[in-house]
Amino acid sequence: MAELLARWRDGLSRTSRSAFGRLAGLLGATEIKQDTWDELEALLIQADLGIETTSDVISTLQRLVRDRGLTRSDQLGAPLKADLRSRLMTPPLLEFSAKPFVILVVGVNGSGKTTTIAKLGQRFVAEGKSVLFGAADTFRAAAVDQLQVWGDRLNARAERSRSIEVIAGAPESDPGAVAFNAIQAGVARKVDVILIDTAGRLHTRFNLMEELKKVHRVVGKALDGAPHAVWLVLDATTGQNALQQARAFKDAVKVSGVILSKLDSSARGGMAFAIQRELGLPILFAGLGEKPEDLQPFDADAFVDGILNS
Amino acid sequence: MFESLTNRLNQVFDQLRRRGKLSEADVDAAMREVRLALLEADVHFSVVKTFIARVRERAVGTEVSKALNPGQQIIKIVNEELIATLGEPAPLNLSGPKPRVIMLVGLQGSGKTTAAGKLARLLRSKGERVMLAAGDPYRPAAVTQLQQLGERLDVPVEADSNLKPPELAKRAFDKAEKGGFGVVILDTAGRSQLDAELMNELKSIVAKVTPVETLLVVDSMIGQEALNIAQGFRDNVSITGLILTKMDGDSRGGAAISIRSVTGVPIKFIGTGEKLDALETYDPARLSSRILGMGDMLGLIEKAEAAFDQQTTQKTAERLMKGQFTLEDFLEQMKQMKKMGPLSQVMDMLPGQFGQAARQADPKEIEKNLKQSEAIIYSMTLKERRNPDLLNASRRRRIAAGSGTDVQDVNRLVKQFRETQKLMKTLQKTGGRGLGNLFGG
Repeated sequence: MAELLARWRDGLSRTSRSAFGRLAGLLGATEIKQDTWDELEALLIQADLGIETTSDVISTLQRLVRDRGLTRSDQLGAPLKADLRSRLMTPPLLEFSAKPFVILVVGVNGSGKTTTIAKLGQRFVAEGKSVLFGAADTFRAAAVDQLQVWGDRLNARAERSRSIEVIAGAPESDPGAVAFNAIQAGVARKVDVILIDTAGRLHTRFNLMEELKKVHRVVGKALDGAPHAVWLVLDATTGQNALQQARAFKDAVKVSGVILSKLDSSARGGMAFAIQRELGLPILFAGLGEKPEDLQPFDADAFVDGILNS
Repeated sequence: MFESLTNRLNQVFDQLRRRGKLSEADVDAAMREVRLALLEADVHFSVVKTFIARVRERAVGTEVSKALNPGQQIIKIVNEELIATLGEPAPLNLSGPKPRVIMLVGLQGSGKTTAAGKLARLLRSKGERVMLAAGDPYRPAAVTQLQQLGERLDVPVEADSNLKPPELAKRAFDKAEKGGFGVVILDTAGRSQLDAELMNELKSIVAKVTPVETLLVVDSMIGQEALNIAQGFRDNVSITGLILTKMDGDSRGGAAISIRSVTGVPIKFIGTGEKLDALETYDPARLSSRILGMGDMLGLIEKAEAAFDQQTTQKTAERLMKGQFTLEDFLEQMKQMKKMGPLSQVMDMLPGQFGQAARQADPKEIEKNLKQSEAIIYSMTLKERRNPDLLNASRRRRIAAGSGTDVQDVNRLVKQFRETQKLMKTLQKTGGRGLGNLFGG
């Protein structure tokens, strides 16, 4: 546990270095003034929380100040933290309710799907599960190779019995067919988890979203009840567009959870709040670094701490 | 999803139409809306602040021109200031002795490798001999990705996963020099500006091959961090330009403003699709109206112009002038509309309510309709196409059978044609001025 928290802290330490270092100064033992609110607004907006969430947080705090008759800004720290925390769900415990448990991974170009899948694979294998990858990104040059290399790397570190098989299709081939083959192979090999990588696509591209819906349907045909989970990989540096992305993917393929990638960059991933509020999607994992073990279950407390640099 | 700024400002100014000068109170009310629009577009908080202050100063006391309402007057000022901040598009600097190195840098997933491929294609089409160099030995298969792009483009790719990127860059440079290449495009690994080790790597690449262009590749969907990232890269290597990628999405692209105001480097290209030809020079006016959420009317018009065949259009226009718009012209129009590209993409360019309405429709359905209409017209004789009055019931039955449709479909098409014909006649009378109202604020 201590080590886990340390990883979060390491990953987020760069995150909190700049703007949120100011929070301590802002919430010093001074009187609450209009400046306090302006500064707080600046901080939250700069963390990509968006105007709506930011205004909401501030008015909640202002109400509290009135109701409790708070006067000093150092009294705001704890309620601010509590308020932000209350806006985030604790991610549900991941249970592999079916075997194989099929997870479809989707997202826009460059969000980090393939890397995330590799890290997830490593995590599940370490938990003693057998894992199979379906490389259904047949569009982008070398996407299949990318997953294959990851598979090889992970296998080199694991025992033979734990190796991850990668089912891939030819470039430009039908991604639905690749997904179908992957599931058939997974069923035949009796694996526990099948992770299916899909091509990155902008959520505004009608045809590509239709293609994704088709992959989703094909997965359902290959195995009753599949996919058991659809995870959206979201780049933590994304701004207000993140909500539109999440909404479009949710509408198209019933996304059930979000993975926040690249949270170790300087970005703070504040759009997670809006996504949770508007779409009710839990954040399941966060990417905190380049190494496979840097993908960690989302820790809402650590996330808020990282934002507030406490 | 957001109301357009135009609409919001019109609401603000609803009560105060036709006042002479913009008062401080008017401007303040308007600035609140402008501020929201910019923040929603991901322009950095501090950049918004200084920007608003500048616009406010200019706007207070401005005479509202007769042609505009106060809301439009404010938008005009905001738009002008945005365009000035965005700056003129700058061409690639390809001066100096060959080979000239163009280095692409940026965060992970911003689109460097794809941009490298697109740039290679563009420069080669301009007659340059181009070499690609794969300077990302870290991400699995990044080298393979570039190699595959090079293969598709028939551009040589210098790669060696065992070499450190600075050494690889040097080797590519030497090979290009010997081989008489004009340009080396160097792809680099994605990195955070906070990663000191990788930033040093960039510095040693620069020391070895002195790029003429170091282009920062930025995802247009990026949020407030854009500012810090641009600053961080600029502090380590001297950035000479920006490429804004994934502009075919629906992000507003406000990061461009933030990065421009803090680094001052020009925007050189925008990426508008996954295909290798989807790299465009950017237009400040167009980007400005996108940031303000006013759609991309310029882009739409340009697309239409590119798709429309000049000669055919002229012929149609001549016939139009004589009041002879026929089903053949109708067919021609449909064909040209299809050439504008996927309808969904065209729809995304429409502003505000237009765009929202258009996105309700399934482009596939519309495309199917177009196809059906084409089939129906193809099943007509030339005589019938030129003189639709001939189309009696038995002819319509024949056409339906010939095109695999129902008589109702044929009737619908004829009705549509009649309506278009009517519209064309009106246009002929007004000389096209009627159209202006369609796009008014």
